[in-house]
Amino acid sequence: MSNGLIDFVLVSVALLAIGIYGLAVKRNAIRMLFAIEMIVNSANLNLVAFARFIPNSQGQTLALFSIAIAAAEVAVGLALIIVAYRMYKNIDIADFRSLKG
Amino acid sequence: MVDSIFLAVSVLTIGSAIAALEIRSLIYGSIALMLTLSGIAGFFLLLDSPFVAMFQLSVYVGAIAVLILFTVMLVRRELIFNKIEDPRRRYAGIGLMIIVMLGIGTIIIGSGLKTMETSVTTVDYRKIGEDFLTYYSPALIVMALILTSSVIGALALARREDVTNEQRTD
Repeated sequence: MSNGLIDFVLVSVALLAIGIYGLAVKRNAIRMLFAIEMIVNSANLNLVAFARFIPNSQGQTLALFSIAIAAAEVAVGLALIIVAYRMYKNIDIADFRSLKG
Repeated sequence: MVDSIFLAVSVLTIGSAIAALEIRSLIYGSIALMLTLSGIAGFFLLLDSPFVAMFQLSVYVGAIAVLILFTVMLVRRELIFNKIEDPRRRYAGIGLMIIVMLGIGTIIIGSGLKTMETSVTTVDYRKIGEDFLTYYSPALIVMALILTSSVIGALALARREDVTNEQRTD
């Protein structure tokens, strides 16, 4: 394996920056969920990369936990988006103004 | 130095991540997100952790991406292609992205990570299962409870009938 740890970490930084850009700019709720997925995945990539180079098995264990938690988060997030879509007939987050009711 | 497989996988991952955010149609965007997640699974394979890679493929590409695709199909057609964003906010976002990339990138390049040696020993996946069942077993049980409660919560939220006809006035 000729790839160094720093290559993986730099790819992960790039993915994190793209995710931050998506969270800051996009107003579509589903696209913001995409951006959150990218950020979570860059964190997972860091965990597995450091676990490979140290080497230690606990990084992979933590990455597995993180993947499972992200799955639960996406399920709840999509359910929230569906409820908000039924209420406002839109998925633009600028329209989700009132939390009452 | 990086090899060609790493270069190809990283170009696929970063390119499809940008495409997922920038393609006009949300359906193609979610397919591009699927490619990004598969690229991350490829990185896990390059890092000699096939167990996590298979988990990533089955959970992310198999379950989450399909769930997102179905949710996109539930949304009205013109909202899928609708793209509303402030151009000034967009330039500010691109600036923020470049600042984050350059800032953290220079810190990482300047740190001692470059001298990290590649170890020949890889982690055996049996060790992961052993970890799960011994040291992390309370965390595993708590995670099972979290998954159950989130599934129940998602079902309860998505099956609510009383919000269907409510029209907001403000």
